[in-house]
Order: sequence, then C-alpha cells, then structure tokens
Amino acid sequence: MSELTELTLAGARDALADKQITARELTEAHLARVAKADALNAYVLQTPELALQMADASDARLAKGEAGKLEGIPLGVKDLFCTKGVRTTACSNILGDFTPPYESTVTANLWADGAVMLGKLNNDEFAMGSSNETSRFGPVINPWRGAGDSQLVPGGSSGGSSAAVAARLGVAATATDTGGSIRQPAAFTGTVGLKPTYARCSRWGVVAFASSLDQAGPITQTVQDAAIMLESMAGFDAKDATSIERDVPNYEAALTGDIRGLRVGIPAEYRVDNMPSEIEELWQQGIDWLKQAGAEIVDVSLPHTKYALPAYYIIAPAEASSNLARYDGVRYGMRENGADIDDMYASTRAAGFGDEVVRRIMVGTYALSAGYYDAYYVKALQVRRLIADDFAKAYEKCDVLLTPTTPSAAFPIGDQTKDALQMYLNDVFTVTVNLAGLPGISVPAGIDAQGLPLGLQLIGKAFGEEELLRVAGVVEEAAGFTGKADDWWSV
Amino acid sequence: MANSDLISGATGDWEIVLGLEIHAQVSSNAKLFSGAATEFGAEPNSQVSLVDAAMPGMLPVINEKCVEQAVRTGLGLKAQINLYSVFDRKNYFYPDLPQGYQISQFQQPIVGEGAIDIDLDEGTVKQIRIERLHLEQDAGKSLHDQHPNMSFVDLNRSGVALMEIVSYPDMRSAAEAQAYVKKIRAIVRSLGTCDGNMEQGSLRADVNVSVRRPGDELGTRCEIKNVNSIRFIGQAIEHEARRQIDIIEDGGTILQETRLFDPKNGETRSMRSKEEAHDYRYFPDPDLLPLSLTQDFVDRIADSLPELPDDKKARFINDYGLSAYDAGVLVSESENAAFFEQAAQGRDAKATANMVIGSVFAGLNKAGLSIAESPVTAAQVGQLVDLQSDGTVSSRIAKEVFELMFEDGEDQGKDPAVIVEEKGLKQVTDTGAIEAAVDAVIEANPDKVEQARERPKMAGWFVGQVMQETGGKANPQAVNALVMQKLGLD
Repeated sequence: MSELTELTLAGARDALADKQITARELTEAHLARVAKADALNAYVLQTPELALQMADASDARLAKGEAGKLEGIPLGVKDLFCTKGVRTTACSNILGDFTPPYESTVTANLWADGAVMLGKLNNDEFAMGSSNETSRFGPVINPWRGAGDSQLVPGGSSGGSSAAVAARLGVAATATDTGGSIRQPAAFTGTVGLKPTYARCSRWGVVAFASSLDQAGPITQTVQDAAIMLESMAGFDAKDATSIERDVPNYEAALTGDIRGLRVGIPAEYRVDNMPSEIEELWQQGIDWLKQAGAEIVDVSLPHTKYALPAYYIIAPAEASSNLARYDGVRYGMRENGADIDDMYASTRAAGFGDEVVRRIMVGTYALSAGYYDAYYVKALQVRRLIADDFAKAYEKCDVLLTPTTPSAAFPIGDQTKDALQMYLNDVFTVTVNLAGLPGISVPAGIDAQGLPLGLQLIGKAFGEEELLRVAGVVEEAAGFTGKADDWWSV
Repeated sequence: MANSDLISGATGDWEIVLGLEIHAQVSSNAKLFSGAATEFGAEPNSQVSLVDAAMPGMLPVINEKCVEQAVRTGLGLKAQINLYSVFDRKNYFYPDLPQGYQISQFQQPIVGEGAIDIDLDEGTVKQIRIERLHLEQDAGKSLHDQHPNMSFVDLNRSGVALMEIVSYPDMRSAAEAQAYVKKIRAIVRSLGTCDGNMEQGSLRADVNVSVRRPGDELGTRCEIKNVNSIRFIGQAIEHEARRQIDIIEDGGTILQETRLFDPKNGETRSMRSKEEAHDYRYFPDPDLLPLSLTQDFVDRIADSLPELPDDKKARFINDYGLSAYDAGVLVSESENAAFFEQAAQGRDAKATANMVIGSVFAGLNKAGLSIAESPVTAAQVGQLVDLQSDGTVSSRIAKEVFELMFEDGEDQGKDPAVIVEEKGLKQVTDTGAIEAAVDAVIEANPDKVEQARERPKMAGWFVGQVMQETGGKANPQAVNALVMQKLGLD
C-alpha cells in the first residue's frame, strides 16, 4: 500500500472517485506511515480512530455518489486550529490539555467537504518562530537531511505541516502564515505553501498570534493540490469581522498553464547582502522560465522593503502581547497557584510560556507603552502603509512578483536558536506580503549544492489567487522538481 | 453661578468643579460583540458565549443593535454623530476581564460633542456640555464572599454593551451633578436606549471632583468610581469636596487618584494613586474593522426618535399651560409624563397636574412604589379630577377619595364615583339643604351671632360648623355665601 501515500491530493481524489481505492485504504496507509515517523516529531497528537471513522463515512458517501470536493482525503491539521473534542494547544504549555468544544471555520469547511483528520501537527509555540524549535513538544525534524546526515529544521512556524507533507504523512496539511510561516517551511521541505490574501480564509477558531497578519492556508505537494485545498478552506464567515464577502472561485480551473503576456515584476530590493549565489541563480532561472512561457519581465522597486522586518517585529508582537493576555490561568489551560491573584498570573504565565513567546510579549508590551507608542507602534503602522503603497505602485507595472522565498536553505537544528535576530531574518522576503495583506506562494524550484530544496515565491494582487496559482503552476512545471527526502526516519 | 453653591472654608470660599462619566448599559437583547443574552439576574455564568469567555481563537463581531442605540442616544444628546469610529483595546489584567483587554473606543468615539439642559430649582435651567459618548464592553463580576480563600467570577455581564457618556467639567455643585444624572437618565429612558436602573447597575457614574478658589485655574481632581445612586452621588461629592478643601487649607496638596465611595459611612477612600494607574496600552483592535456608518443610517434613526424630555416639557408648558416647574417634574420620567397625559386627556390639565403631582407622586413616594405599581390608574385619576371639576366633590373630599383609592383597604382600586356613591360623599349643592343647616347653626348659637356682627371674621366659625354638620359634603362657596347673607354681612 506504500504507493497510496505517494498520491497527490488530485491523484487521490481521482482514484477515490474512480473507485480504484477506498478512503479507508488511503487513510490506513497514511496512519501506518505516521505511526513509524516519531523521529520527525511532526504530529503532536494522532487521531487514528477519528480518522478511520471519518474515512468510513467518506466511503459511504462515495458509494452513494454524494462525495464532497475533498472526500476521503486524509489531512494533518496544524495545532493552531481549534478542533472540536480534540486537544488543541498551539504547542504551548499554557494551554495544558485544552480541548475545544468548537471547530475552527477553516477545518469545519474541510470536514464538510469530506476530508479526514489524521491528527494535530507540531508548530512553533503560538506560531512564533521560523524553525519549529519553540514548540512545547520539541522540535520537528526536516525529512531532508544535510551534509553528513545532519538534522535540519523544517522551517516554522508550520514545521509540522511542511515536514508531514514532505514525508507524506498526510496528503496535505493546514497551516497558518503571519510573517512567512507557510511559505518558508514549504521552501525548506520541497513542498508548496500558499498564504492567501488576508481575509480570504476565516480566522475564527484559529489561535491568534497577530490578528491583522494571521492567515490560514495549505501546504501541499503540488500547486494543483494547493488550489483544491484553498477552494475548500476559503470563504466568507460572519463570525470573523475581518473576513470578506466574496465568492470563492474554482481555483483549480485557473491552472491553464497559459501566462502569455503576463507581466512579472522583479523587485530590485530583494537582492540582499550575503544571499547565497545558488539562490540568486535560482531566481534568475525562474525569470528565464517565465520569460520562456511568454511572460514579460519588468523591473520594479519596492523601496521600503528594508523597513518591513523591523515594522513587522513591532506590529506582530504588539498584537500578540494583547492576544495572549487571555492565557491567565483563570478559565482554561494550565494554572500555577499563587499567594494571590497577581502571583497566580505571574506563576502561570512564567511556567506556561516559552522564551520566544515571553520575548515577543515583552517587546509588544514595550512598543504599546505610554511614551513609546508613537515612536514604535504608530511608526510601524506608517511603514506598513508605505509598504502596501509600494506594492500598489509596482502593480501598476506588473501583475505578479517573483522573488526567492528565503535567503537560505534549511539550516541545522539549534543553529539559530541563540540569535533571535538571525532567526528573524528568515522572514525577510515573506513579511512584506503579510504587512500588505497580499497572497503569496512558495513553489519548490531547485536543489542546492547540499541537495536541499529551495523555493521561489510569487506574490499576487489582493484576491488574485487564480492568477497567482496559474503562474505558480508554470514555475512548478518548468522546474520539474521531483526531489524527495528518503525515508531514513521510518522505523 | 449662584453664590450659594460656594463652600465656605476656614480661609474663604471654594468652588467645586465636577465632571461625570456615566456608564449606561445599552438596552439590547444581545451583548456588544457576541450573541449571548443580557438579562439581569440570571444564574451566574449562564449567559456567556465562547467569545465572552475569551476562548482561544474566538472573535468579536459588532452587534448592530448596540450601534443603533448609541447613535440614538447621541442624537438625544444633540451631539455630533461620527460616521467613522474605531474600537480600541484597553489592556489590563483582572479575573473578571477574560480577554485581558476591554474593547472600547479611545481616540475616535462614535459620538462627539453635544449638550443637555439640566433643570434646577424653581424652573432654572443650565446647559452642561457633553464631550463624547463611546461604546465599550462591560466586565464580569468577581464574587469574593463565596469561599474562604478563593474568589468566584460571574461572566454574565462580561461583554455587555455600555455607553460611556463623558461630560465637560461644567457642574459646580452636588445638586447640579444630581440633576445632570437625572436628566441623562430621563433622556436614555425616553429613547429606550438604557433602562436607567441604578440599583441593578444599568446606570452608574464616575465622578471627577476638584476644588478651587472662584475664578482660579482648575485644581487637581480625584475620580470617584462607580457611584450607583443619585443620593450617593450627592454624598460622595459633598464629602470629597470637603476632604479636598481641608487638605488644601491645612497646607497640603491634592494627589490625583482614583477613589471609592463607601455608602456605609458616606466617605470616599483611596483606591489607587496616579503612580499606580494602569498603562492601558490602547491600540486599535485588529479583530474589528473601523465602524463606518452611512448618513442614511443615522437619518433613519433620527426620524424614528421619540419626543425628548425637553421637547415634552416645552409642549406641556405651551399646550397644557403648566408652570415650568410642574412640567419639569412631570417629564423627569417618561412613564410619569405618560401617566399624566393619559389622566389629563380631555379635561382640565392644570387640575390634573396638581392631582398627579400632589396626590399620586406624593403617595407613590411615601409608599416607595413606582408609577407602574400605582394602585390608582391614570383613568381613575381623570375621573376624580372630573368629579372635582363638575362640583360633585370638593377638593378636600377629592383628596379623601384619592386616599381611599390608594391606601390598602376595601376601597383600594375602586373607581372614585363608586366610592363617592357608596360613602355618600357627594357635595351638597342643594341651597335648600344648606340653608336649613345654616339656619340651624345660627339658631343654636345666638351669642356667636352677636359676636359675629361685631367681628365679621367670626363668620368663618359658622362656615366650619355647617361643614361639620354636613360631613364636609356641602359646597363651601355656597355655605360661605349663605352664612354671610344670613348674618347680614354681605
């Protein structure tokens, strides 16, 4: 049955529809593979009974010809999504064994379309990190290994999602992206990661990190799979005041492969110092592919790019410092008793939050404090506006932008944990997209000298996911990326 | 400003400066950002949604009804309605604040400047300016008396919509502050935007108090939190002003701080100083888009606005010919005004106003009842006014009849005509009968007749005797005329 776990989402869907396989077989194959993959630490909670129950229900619907768009497709769910009756922790100690009595809108959409849940996937604590090393459950290991079989990070914060899809521990996975948390892990693992336009997917029931930046999206094996997943995940939700009432198109149908006449912008400011030449070359390669496919290449400028990372690391922690105030030990999650209420708060939060989360709460609290608010928070909002304006101006000259996804390939476990600033630089090409609320996708496009995957990022116009996916499909096709990590981890 | 509002201290006169922040609970079935119910007095934690409990991943969604109510109130305060306003987070930790922040409006409130007239003694009026009105969430309630070493939290109130109405520091006495609260209460009640129930906490005030020499710069203020009755507002202000004056006159300075009023001893005490004040770290709530209203939305609310207390007062003066004072008393509660208007329908309004104020309100006040609980209906008051107007009963008998209708007893709630009939209280206007009674009294008291011819004032004694003989039913004017005539004094 090992070939069952090699199926793409589109492939599995078609095989299920053609009755070549059953949902139960497909789910069992993935469960069996997950059971052997403890070394990767991708899943923090496996739900095999629930998965089989859902798969059987899918088979019944398939038999009756009532199949949904994702009928019988086994998925992993990032532990940031609240799942009814299934422990949800955001990989933080402070949530203890919190088991939500409700289901996030995005996952509810997936289940309504027939998808099957394999379990909850590891992530950086509260999605704060770029290497999946801040999780209460320990780091996720990238199925791709470095020189001398060294262990690498899978990227973060959606490291469990990227590792699971790369190791075929699920046909696809849900993820979230606040500053690059879908795209960077996808680039590090040879998978496709799509961050939709802000407001495209509901945030209801997703544990909040930074509300104005958070957006759910899929990590998948292929661009087509990303299109299929997004169509199910997206949609207006009256329970999220920032969600937008706008029809969800058939994204899969947008993958025509025809980008003749499309204008692709190349932002000068994304050529950063000390970028490995391999990434520079890959970028050029991408430009050539798109040119060959009939696109027009346009040089554009995004002059405020260099302020994006500092602005992001004001805005995101500021919102986080407030969003995480609800974890106080009073109503749910863990509690450390104290001499009085203030002592209980302090003890609970000291024991419950990890170092990176504490750092961001402190930074955010400082940035919002009286006397600093104007100098930090207000300034950062101004920068954010300028960055959005940069994109608006660039889109007068082009339709999509092409950039590298990350300034490096996956790095060794523990390599950057001592230096927060170094870690933050991982997001340098991705945070601008969140600040401007635009859609972005990372497509695996090449292999570096160590044999590690590298990604190219495409950035679209707001709600321009169809065009974005179409170009991504062309890059994917041209790159012909077929690399796959070996199963060294399987026991 | 009337000089009588000054407070005299050991070193001269002082002026009190007062500004109020009134928290008025919005009348709506659901909370500001969740669908949970808002009914008062429910079982603890029975009206709490996932949003109110700040469960992970929950998001606020504005309740349009609450927005409408805020706009309606703003229009009632003759205030600027801001078509663009922003919800901010006010961050602080407290067990009854589940989110760790209160959603409020800081820099851009939904309602801007306005003004109301407050009614002072004997019909004088003063304008108090409103600085702003904004929408915000209420917190839950901490219960400290349920367990020896733990506190309990009731989140029923968590997330309930409040309107915070902020005045300018335009008030100069406790009486003015009380009149201001009464007026705000009358306005929100007549608009139906807040039930104004202070005992249940639907309306409560933070009072900012400072003192100064008349004409000086503003002094340092103290804020007295959460005062929940009009009487307590008066007591808190009197006490706090006196405290501040004593400190300054003793050579001290006032420290800016938040204080609590203790109704048990009528004093205020320090809650936290300026140094201990929270840094609330306000910032726009990223879960909520700015609130954008159309002029059309505002216009539709304006068109549906009921008559406001001041307009009603003007109408009562103009249409019913009432005095400013009587009109002011009647409109202070919209239910009272409605009771009066129902009673006055088609009859002498002034006489009705006298009976409503002099008998009904006085009786209710004494019995501690609300107008809705009145044993005498508006229609019955009208009937009684009619009996008085057409001379069936004298004003004195009318008062007696009212008491029978009002007080506990077999006649409570009966129609006045029935009581008059059963008790035989009809005024005697039959001159023959009265004449007989007058003759009888004159005949029985020849000495008094002599005295009365010397001193005409003595006629009053004969009138009294006749009224007594007739059980008060004789028409006093008729008795008076006959006595004068028979004694040859006319």
